[in-house]
Amino acid sequence: MASDVKARVKVPKSATAGGTITIKTLISHKMESGQRKDGDGNVIPRSIINRFTCEFNGQLVIDVVLEPAISTNPYFEFEATVPEAGEFTFTWYDDDGDVYTETKAISVS
Amino acid sequence: MQLTRRDALSLGLGATALALVPLRVSAAADEAIAAFTGGAAPAMAGITLTAPEIAENGNTVPISVDSPGAVEIRVFADGNPTPAVAAFTFGPLAATHSASTRIRLAGTQDVVAIARMGDGSFAEARQTVKVTIGGCGG
Amino acid sequence: MKRTTTLVSVLALAAWTAGPTLAGPDDHQLVINDEIQIITEAAAPAHMDGIDTIYSGWRFRADETQALELDDFENPGMIGVENAMAIWETVDGSEGKSCASCHESAESSMKGVRAVYPKWNEAAGEVRTLEMQINDCRTTRMGAEKWKWSGGDMVDMTALISSVSRGMPVNVAIDGPAQSTWEKGKEIYYTRFGQLELSCANCHEDNYGNMIRADHLSQGQINGFPSYRLKTAKLGSVHNRFKGCVRDTRAETFADGSPEFVALELYVASRGNGLSVEGPSVRN
Repeated sequence: MASDVKARVKVPKSATAGGTITIKTLISHKMESGQRKDGDGNVIPRSIINRFTCEFNGQLVIDVVLEPAISTNPYFEFEATVPEAGEFTFTWYDDDGDVYTETKAISVS
Repeated sequence: MQLTRRDALSLGLGATALALVPLRVSAAADEAIAAFTGGAAPAMAGITLTAPEIAENGNTVPISVDSPGAVEIRVFADGNPTPAVAAFTFGPLAATHSASTRIRLAGTQDVVAIARMGDGSFAEARQTVKVTIGGCGG
Repeated sequence: MKRTTTLVSVLALAAWTAGPTLAGPDDHQLVINDEIQIITEAAAPAHMDGIDTIYSGWRFRADETQALELDDFENPGMIGVENAMAIWETVDGSEGKSCASCHESAESSMKGVRAVYPKWNEAAGEVRTLEMQINDCRTTRMGAEKWKWSGGDMVDMTALISSVSRGMPVNVAIDGPAQSTWEKGKEIYYTRFGQLELSCANCHEDNYGNMIRADHLSQGQINGFPSYRLKTAKLGSVHNRFKGCVRDTRAETFADGSPEFVALELYVASRGNGLSVEGPSVRN
């Protein structure tokens, strides 16, 4: 799975100090629910991204627990406060133990 | 009476086959919600849930939740085989206590969002989403 | 700061909608990334008698499905485009070449290509789809293996090639050496297939805008292909869609890349001459 997974994040390059920005994230992942069966009637084992977090300079923005009811290619949109220049860290946790990380720097004006 | 294939097609086309009968609310959904609220009755205000009235495909249904006073928002789909959908916990740098995502619904049912507020109380919003049964290979 | 873009998009769509959209097409306008104007409605090409106005399938979709195409970030089909951008630069085959070795930047060299395919290839003496041209490059120029017609890499590559022509009007040639293939495609379009004895035209010309079960029937335009289907959660090729339609008539289908489907693709593409290239689109 790991080779197919690609994380995308959309963060503005700059913000006003203390301002609010909108963040969008999308990770390519099939989110196999564990509810489906293959052609031979065997249950296809669950394989999902089960947690997603966003932090800025070590402080939490949002922490999401994902269940199999989240659609293929999980998408999240939320708003963050940017107190100072720094870096957002996005982390996705896969059922198979893999962890995918993306970072985005932002400046303040 | 003669019914040509063309007539049959037109008749079929005229019918909207919305799956209007909601899936039975599973006991599992009630249990999952009670496990979160500890059985407390949630207020029916203080949280907004945005979801389409009719979803063209149950595989990808966009939803948004927003609850300014929330510490955590959980989303349940009360007709899905597994009712829990997602849990959002907001940190100190969350500018708003809101989030959007895309979810799977097994059929027409209620989507329920429950917020745990800063003071330990709960707030609930729910909306029925009709999931259509598609035309071509739907 | 302004509210989240999704919310704004949804509200904007809601504002445009005059009442419930029970019959398509609606009157929404498609502008991708706030910059690419997509023509979703045009006068039908002169060769069509049954229809006056042609519409992109986007116009028949629900607001929520439409919204997924307004912003590339929200369009899951763009994952395929990104994948193909990496493949574009990757050397494959015995000749040590990548796509970029000959074609440099896809953004400039491929601009306009999607709009005119399928297209007559003089050297080969046949009408070629994008897939055929890509595989010809792979085998004769790169010395690489053919891709499967509707396989992941192929569909992603057609999505990339399509994406750089978005907004340009479809303009496939139907005369000259392409004419006999086009005529063959037209014949297939109007031929009833399967136990249900349905032709393409029965649904997509006679009944577009009506419901087929709970679904709005579109005109079956292919200007938005490849298309990311919410149902399958992946990008699908034109021929894959054709197979689904023929299967739904309860017929044995033609194969991906068969002469019948190549001819049908040229004919159906020509029914969209004047609409913008839109792929990768998002459909239900």
